[in-house]
Amino acid sequence: MATPVKVHGPPLSTAVSRVLACLIEKDVPFQLIPVNMAKGEHKSPDFLKIQPFGQVPAFQDEAISLFESRAICRYVCEKYAEKGNKGLYGTNPLAKASIDQWVEAEGQSFNPPSSVLVFQLAFAPRMKLKQDESLISQNETKLEKVLEVYEKRLGESRFLAGDEFSLADLSHLPNAHYLVTATDRGEMFTSKKNVGRWWGEISSRDSWKKVVDMQKQST
Amino acid sequence: MAVMKVHGNPLSTATQRVLACLYEKDVEFQFVNVDMAAGEHKSENFLSHNPFGQVPAFEEGDLKLFESRAITQYIAHEYSDKGTQLLLPGSNKTMAVLHLWKEVESHQFDPPSAKLIYELRFKRFVGMTPDSAVVDEHEAKLAKVLDVYEARLAQSKYLAGDHFTLADLHHLPNVEFFKRSSVKKLFESRPHVAAWVDDITARPSWIKVLDLQKQKV
Repeated sequence: MATPVKVHGPPLSTAVSRVLACLIEKDVPFQLIPVNMAKGEHKSPDFLKIQPFGQVPAFQDEAISLFESRAICRYVCEKYAEKGNKGLYGTNPLAKASIDQWVEAEGQSFNPPSSVLVFQLAFAPRMKLKQDESLISQNETKLEKVLEVYEKRLGESRFLAGDEFSLADLSHLPNAHYLVTATDRGEMFTSKKNVGRWWGEISSRDSWKKVVDMQKQST
Repeated sequence: MAVMKVHGNPLSTATQRVLACLYEKDVEFQFVNVDMAAGEHKSENFLSHNPFGQVPAFEEGDLKLFESRAITQYIAHEYSDKGTQLLLPGSNKTMAVLHLWKEVESHQFDPPSAKLIYELRFKRFVGMTPDSAVVDEHEAKLAKVLDVYEARLAQSKYLAGDHFTLADLHHLPNVEFFKRSSVKKLFESRPHVAAWVDDITARPSWIKVLDLQKQKV
């Protein structure tokens, strides 16, 4: 039996949870190694060796050491292609191209404003940091525009890249989860017919429920 | 095989990223200019190519794609046996290292770069004054990223391995601008980064992209 892969970082981190969701979808056993960010462990010399930008997650299996959650997810999908959800990253080049397109859209258009809102609305209050109202307002406007595009797309297609749940939808789970469950801006998703329907489907997947449990257990 | 079409603007960094890839692969394509000054990228017709109303968009027969980095990935894979090999197809491991450095460009290098280009290039183009506090803030961020690049390029000739790949190519549009701006000091003070920038911006495919820009302006 292969050694479990290692993921370094707290499950509450959006980028870490992206990787965990992917590993669970692919049925790949893993070991979660804590990183004490409150104590600055992610900036320690030892950690910087496996993630030179001092961010989580970092990932290791017997072949390789990696970082950047979306690169880790692609590696897991390609290396363990025959395990778990085989279609997660597409089973042919055209499907893959569509998934890559929507993973890029998530990374370039959805992630920037939603990350700011997650930090400002879900994390800053818990960390007793002052919220920046103008940053919140600007990023709400940006995110709203992105969700309008998604509303149209998800009226034409069951999932972002096509008829099946893919890495493209999975990539959105971490930030959307916090916005819907830990802030009062959830209706940006839930009040839209198609986005609301999509959110309901992707967030009720067993893999995501397991990640949410891991997050709850870690607090 | 259907002809590939790129809808974009030669001044757009994202469009240039795709053009550089096509020239490297030495494949035929049609360039369809999108008149952004006239708002064409927000027209109904263009939105059917890219619902975010951004350039570039790509077509090959029935396949329609947007997001420059997804387009380059598709082209590099589909035309793997033509022109320059832009991937590292040896193993899952080498491909993973390529994906990693493509993500680094996307999420570490591009955000501060885009902010700097907005201040130093776009604002000047439309007659506004750059905000020096914003410039300082993002130069500091970019400097930290370039420290990681300096360490990486001291052990690896190119970012993902020993030959030029998409991971390096994706940087071309932004580093070209920085070479000619005040930001160049951040590159010049890091010898491995400086050598890498000189190397990649001298590639014939990139010179072709710059020539196209000159013709269309």
